[in-house]
Amino acid sequence: MTLVKTTYGRRSFLKATALAGGGMVLGFSWLAGCKPSGKDALTLPKEWFNINGFLKIGENGVVTIMSPNPEGGQNVKTSMPMIVAEDLDVDWAKVIVEQAPLDTEKFTRQFIGGSQAIRQGWQALRMAGASARHMLMEAAAQAWQVPAGEITTEAGVLFHKNSGKSAGYGEMASAASKVSVPKEVKLKDLKDFKIIGTPRKNVDGLKIVTGQPLFGIDTHREGMLIAMIAHPPGFGLKLKSVDDSAARAMPGIRDIFTIKVLNDDYERQHFDTCTFLEVVAIVGDSTWEVMQAKKALKTEWEPFEAYSEVRTFWGQEKQTLTIPAGLESSSVHKSKMAEMAAKPGTVRRKDGDPEAAFRSAAKVLERSYTAPFLAHNCMEPMNFFAHVTADKAELAGPLQKPEFTEKALSERLGIPLEKIDIQMTRLGGGYGRRSYAHWLLEAALISQKMNAPIKLMYTREDDMTAGIYRPAYHATFRAALDANNNLTAFHVKAGGIPESPLAADRFPAGAVDNYLAEDWTIDTNITIGSYRAPRSNFMASAEQSFLDELAETAGKDPLDFRLELLERAKTNPVGEKNDYDAARYAGVLELVKEKSGWGKNDPSGASRGVAAYFCHNSYVAHVMDLTVEDGKPVVQKVHCAVDCGIVVNPLGAVNLAEGSVVDGIGNVLYGELTFKDGVPDRSNLDKYRIIRHSEAPKAIEVHFVKNDIDPTGLGEPLYPPVMAALANALYRATGKRLYDQPFMGERQMLG
Amino acid sequence: MANFTLNINGKKHQVEVDPATPMLWVLRDHLNLTGTKYGCGIAQCGTCTIHLGDVAMRSCTLPVSQIGNQEVTTIEGLSESGDHPVQKAWLEHDVPQCGYCQTGQIMNAAAFLKANPNPNDEAIEAAMNGNICRCGTYVRIKAAIKTAATG
Repeated sequence: MTLVKTTYGRRSFLKATALAGGGMVLGFSWLAGCKPSGKDALTLPKEWFNINGFLKIGENGVVTIMSPNPEGGQNVKTSMPMIVAEDLDVDWAKVIVEQAPLDTEKFTRQFIGGSQAIRQGWQALRMAGASARHMLMEAAAQAWQVPAGEITTEAGVLFHKNSGKSAGYGEMASAASKVSVPKEVKLKDLKDFKIIGTPRKNVDGLKIVTGQPLFGIDTHREGMLIAMIAHPPGFGLKLKSVDDSAARAMPGIRDIFTIKVLNDDYERQHFDTCTFLEVVAIVGDSTWEVMQAKKALKTEWEPFEAYSEVRTFWGQEKQTLTIPAGLESSSVHKSKMAEMAAKPGTVRRKDGDPEAAFRSAAKVLERSYTAPFLAHNCMEPMNFFAHVTADKAELAGPLQKPEFTEKALSERLGIPLEKIDIQMTRLGGGYGRRSYAHWLLEAALISQKMNAPIKLMYTREDDMTAGIYRPAYHATFRAALDANNNLTAFHVKAGGIPESPLAADRFPAGAVDNYLAEDWTIDTNITIGSYRAPRSNFMASAEQSFLDELAETAGKDPLDFRLELLERAKTNPVGEKNDYDAARYAGVLELVKEKSGWGKNDPSGASRGVAAYFCHNSYVAHVMDLTVEDGKPVVQKVHCAVDCGIVVNPLGAVNLAEGSVVDGIGNVLYGELTFKDGVPDRSNLDKYRIIRHSEAPKAIEVHFVKNDIDPTGLGEPLYPPVMAALANALYRATGKRLYDQPFMGERQMLG
Repeated sequence: MANFTLNINGKKHQVEVDPATPMLWVLRDHLNLTGTKYGCGIAQCGTCTIHLGDVAMRSCTLPVSQIGNQEVTTIEGLSESGDHPVQKAWLEHDVPQCGYCQTGQIMNAAAFLKANPNPNDEAIEAAMNGNICRCGTYVRIKAAIKTAATG
């Protein structure tokens, strides 16, 4: 057994637990949320006993486990409580899962981002379960007058072997809630796991398939008004004038006014990105009426002057950023990126003497890759409920980083944090977009002005054209081979609008003696932010396509070529800052090689491509088999090998893996948002092409590396290498290498 | 504004709305039946799928004035407690990730299977192509439809 201290990070878990002891007094509305649903619902206990912030146990043994993080499809609402339940040693069939309220005192890191929920929650969740189990054992020991060390548990029952006594957790729950919290607790041995590592279905499955109101957009309150915004049609524009005379006279319209989303002097934190600083709010009785008034609104927009904003990005000093003026176009972006790529960049890492190695090379391969801006297109458009009164604010809706948004909201409304209540609803997709909750501020400001509860709704067009997009990127790779086809130098120069995608210490850094990594950026007024596996989602596609072509140039098998480089990085690494574990990286390649039967004949006439990547603490390799039919790629099968340590819920993990593969294929083939004079060229799903049923792979097989390493994330790492696996397979099918994403765009056929 | 009597999920409902109002917003705003989702408003994504009689329709572009006496079924009325064969298959395959599009997928699949009880893969793909799942659960959706068809 592992003995762990009950502290977590800077915060004492004990302190949080002690606070949680008074949880019901502090106003947790747990019971209100615990209504039985569906025919399989458990019989609810008459009384609940709080054990700690994460769980409470009823007198009949039913356990409610709080899921701390928002759920947006990553399965955390099922898999995080599974971790608590494991160390509590309870029967999963007797568990009810509830979305925890936002409470940064009790819970750590209540957000979606960076595939970190399971990784960073692992210890705290296990400790919560183990602490409660310990307290139940203490309570039983006191009741039975036996040493606590002689008490064992199994599936929610306490046993004392010598006296033959036993009791369900429910019987001891009341007494346990009065036991002092242990300073240290024992965690289960991995070999004793009964819940972790076993497939468990989505705890909200029945609610989802019966259409129950889980999502922010489903929020409904008595007297609630509907609000929409009108925003500049393009980036680089601001509001000049509004003529609302026609719109105001339309049926069901209550008011039309402008709002300033952030104050000019506000020092922005990392997630305070805001698409448009001033927007027009239209408020009325129903969505359709407000939509009609929005169309009737006459607005004039004008270009803005360059301005600056003070900003603190994570892990960086405070910066003053200049937001350039101008109406930007993708055609100009493209030539600007090519210009920057031709000039020296900022050197981020240099090993050996790359230039000398290139001069003496037998062969040099150089290739450039590009990818466009992408819109997130969450199926649930941005929305939020707000009810702001003179001294408090109640909000509910889908967002990824409530604890960060709360700070901006408090400052903007002039209401202290403790008077702000943000309820996390299920997210109809996030993929990074809902990290930047300027729409929450908009909703709150509209409610404040109306002095009424309101639900702000973005139309699909608003959602797509007031986005915080995946940036446009460009990367040039250059490699030198000696006469024996050994890699002697590697040079990467990458940049983007407005951020660099480069990770200078990532593979193949460490695997080659002479290495140079440079980058550059181009400013823009188009708002950008996190998008599933930020930066990696481009760098993996470019780098792994380049390695494929490089292997071919060297006359080597592309999978074995990667293993050869990783062997070097493992046995004799160059440099000390390499950010990956070469053995684990090679491990996923070896697993996918075995599972796909790599190197044997391609199956059923399909063409194969391989790619691998390490990001967000997990290792992934894919082998993709495809055919080309009527000029269209048809993905027959994808083999995925994943090393994310212990897999908590294999059922949810495989689902997430399959979704990542589909998403990767969709974006690399079709995903694209271009601009003309600041205006996005696409505003709805008739023009913005998203992968559909018939374009998904016919089969996906997911294989996990089995080990005892603490779990790491899965929401992002599978996504980046998909695109290169597809590019490499397409090359084998067509004989043509593709460098510029998307490979098809709106075209119905390749090429 | 006009009065409409609608036959939804076997019950009569009275609403007073602009005749051009799409059924989607009548359901969501006026009747608080929020299982039918808004996705695009232009019949491109399928999240708003309902049944008009036995036919799957996109409710976001279907004006309330065109419903008349026809029977409307929404996800709330597809079954009493989530035990329609398609819903059961969805649970068996643990299909949803975020779950937002799934009610539309289920409504579309249910109408499709009623018309074509034993479809092959191509027929499933063609029938479901109008329903986008941004999380990419297509492989599971197809498997669930096959289960519902044979079950």
